[in-house]
Amino acid sequence: MSHDPTGPLSDIGLVQLLAPTGERVHDERFDTYAADLTSDDLRTMYRDMVLVRRFDREATALQRQGELALFAQCEGQEGAQIGSAHALAAQDQVFPSYREHGVAHVRGIDLPDVLRLFRGVDQGGWDPTHGFHLYTLVIGSHVLHATGYAMGVQRDGLVGTGDPAKDTTTIVYFGDGSTAQGDVNEAMVFAAVNHAPVVFFCQNNQWAISEPTSRQAVRPIADRAPGFGIPSVRVDGNDPVACYAVTRWAAQRARDGQGPTFVEALTYRMGAHTTSDDPTRYRTSEEEETWRRRDPIDRLRAHLVASGELSPAFEAEVAQAADELGERIRTQVRAMQAPAKAEIFEHVYATAHSVVDGERAWYTEYERSFLDAEGQR
Amino acid sequence: MTMTSERTAPVATGVQRLPMAKAINAGLRRALAEDDHVMLMGEDIGRLGGVFRVTDGLHADFGDTRVVDTPLAESGIVGTAIGLALRGYRPVCEIQFDGFIFPAFDQITTQLAKMHYRSRGRLTLPVVIRVPFGGAIGAIEHHSESPEVLFAHTAGLRVVSPSTPAEAYTMIRQAIASPDPVLFFEPKSRYWEKGEVDLDAPADPLGLDKARVVRPGTDVTVVAYGPTVATALKAADAAAAEGTSIEVVDLRAISPLDVATVAESVRRTGRCVVVHEAPVLYGVGAEVAARVTEECFYSLEAPVLRVGGFHMPYPVAKLEHEYLPSLDRVLDAVDRTMGF
Repeated sequence: MSHDPTGPLSDIGLVQLLAPTGERVHDERFDTYAADLTSDDLRTMYRDMVLVRRFDREATALQRQGELALFAQCEGQEGAQIGSAHALAAQDQVFPSYREHGVAHVRGIDLPDVLRLFRGVDQGGWDPTHGFHLYTLVIGSHVLHATGYAMGVQRDGLVGTGDPAKDTTTIVYFGDGSTAQGDVNEAMVFAAVNHAPVVFFCQNNQWAISEPTSRQAVRPIADRAPGFGIPSVRVDGNDPVACYAVTRWAAQRARDGQGPTFVEALTYRMGAHTTSDDPTRYRTSEEEETWRRRDPIDRLRAHLVASGELSPAFEAEVAQAADELGERIRTQVRAMQAPAKAEIFEHVYATAHSVVDGERAWYTEYERSFLDAEGQR
Repeated sequence: MTMTSERTAPVATGVQRLPMAKAINAGLRRALAEDDHVMLMGEDIGRLGGVFRVTDGLHADFGDTRVVDTPLAESGIVGTAIGLALRGYRPVCEIQFDGFIFPAFDQITTQLAKMHYRSRGRLTLPVVIRVPFGGAIGAIEHHSESPEVLFAHTAGLRVVSPSTPAEAYTMIRQAIASPDPVLFFEPKSRYWEKGEVDLDAPADPLGLDKARVVRPGTDVTVVAYGPTVATALKAADAAAAEGTSIEVVDLRAISPLDVATVAESVRRTGRCVVVHEAPVLYGVGAEVAARVTEECFYSLEAPVLRVGGFHMPYPVAKLEHEYLPSLDRVLDAVDRTMGF
């Protein structure tokens, strides 16, 4: 991390509860938000991170084999994603960008389903009505959707009731690059003036494809939020425990009716932007090595090992689960078929539309014209 | 804490003579009264009642969680409306003027239009975007434009435009009831023209996808929508005095385009003129001409002609009547098609 005290990658003031070596660091402000984490919880986080990394690598390999059109890796960001996602309640709503595979997993999305989009057989891949919205590829657009959704939650009276099963937070994930978008800034204006129960979770992974954070900001991104009237915090994004704690704090503020909060998790995109990208053209292997030594999985593992909470049997079980997941991903992805051809005409509108109906009828007749008398092609 | 308004507001009944702006206001009022999840969002729509006063009095009666003065950010208005719709609300957004819709263009075309499709029908987005559009009000730039075809070209959106107060009253309620997103283009030059409105009428009996023959005729079909329907009717009066019988079709919707109603008319008249304020190039008229040619080729006595704006930025107010499809230009096109 940069020690430029005013730059966008400054590490001054980053919340950290686990040092890179795994030692527990105390933080007066946020210790309390991690106090309820049991060693079982930490092992679950560790297991989730290992599984998601296996998913990431299997998907990358499948793209190289021609089984996926494209893939956007999340390697290196598992700490930010899994730590924050574990801080959410069942009723909470998540709006992801397109790299939140770790959050998807914690929110109950079956990881192979994420690849339906990347294989080109679906433009979604899962049912978005159960708390995890579809991926959004237009940078930053969904930050407004999350804000509007939170305004709806507010109107539903599900903020500040004091009932932890009712009070609802909406969290939106986006990257450093998207903070330059008008939509993200408009979302902060709308959230602030409406006091919307939303958490802005910015994963600053330092690279927007080839552009470093310094092309989006000259000061830490989180510093912008107070200008909108939104409290912000910067957290070590490779520390899953710290990400859990700050997200719990921010989500609780939303649930309690204290309005929006901005979290900037400083992390690093270990992989390419997508499988079509070539990071060797714009960054050094030395930089990548530096961040590899700050790996979030290694960090949590070191912590669990040092505290005697990671048995060889558990590690073996996790390794086996990862192998099984890898096998299942390979099998399921290869079996994913495109929908029936005529389905491209479905769901353009929710109600009948004569133009779509006319084009469907023409297409059906056109397809039929290729059949011979026996109905064979 | 619940933010849902507890207020109730009187809803007028009976037949009244109202200008279009007040007819839309009555439609919005009725929709707000009938469904707690309907809400209005826009710039200056609260205490001011909107720059055209279309939302006049609604803030006072329904409160500021249902009639929301938004920040001045059109993308933000539509983007947050999408989120509210995902939560079960039915937002009706007002874009203050046609020329200011473009900051929201991304949200409308990449998000609002596609989410039902991308989710394979699991998500519906009942969002209405009201847009005062068109010229002839002597306004300065960006306040007189007709961008409707940009949205008609985008699958997933319904695009409609009423031509009378009575239709505005039923169509706005139908638009709010629609599970699909609707771009509702209000002909601002007709806001003050009065007509009879049956306030007890059900939401639009024709639906949002049917054109309507508003004046029968036998020689030429003149197709119009929104502000040019009145121009077409005036042309029909003038032509009748000279012995030419014009049938006027009000498209009402430009997505979907009701080709069947237009084609049925042109098969009888053999001639077709399309009139809109939007530029002719790549416009609704071009689509109507193509479809009429396909469907009515053997009935046509003349090529389909188009009357509309030129391929230029909307001109200065002092010269806008040179640009707009005037009565004379419609009659000129009718003469040309008759003389072919």
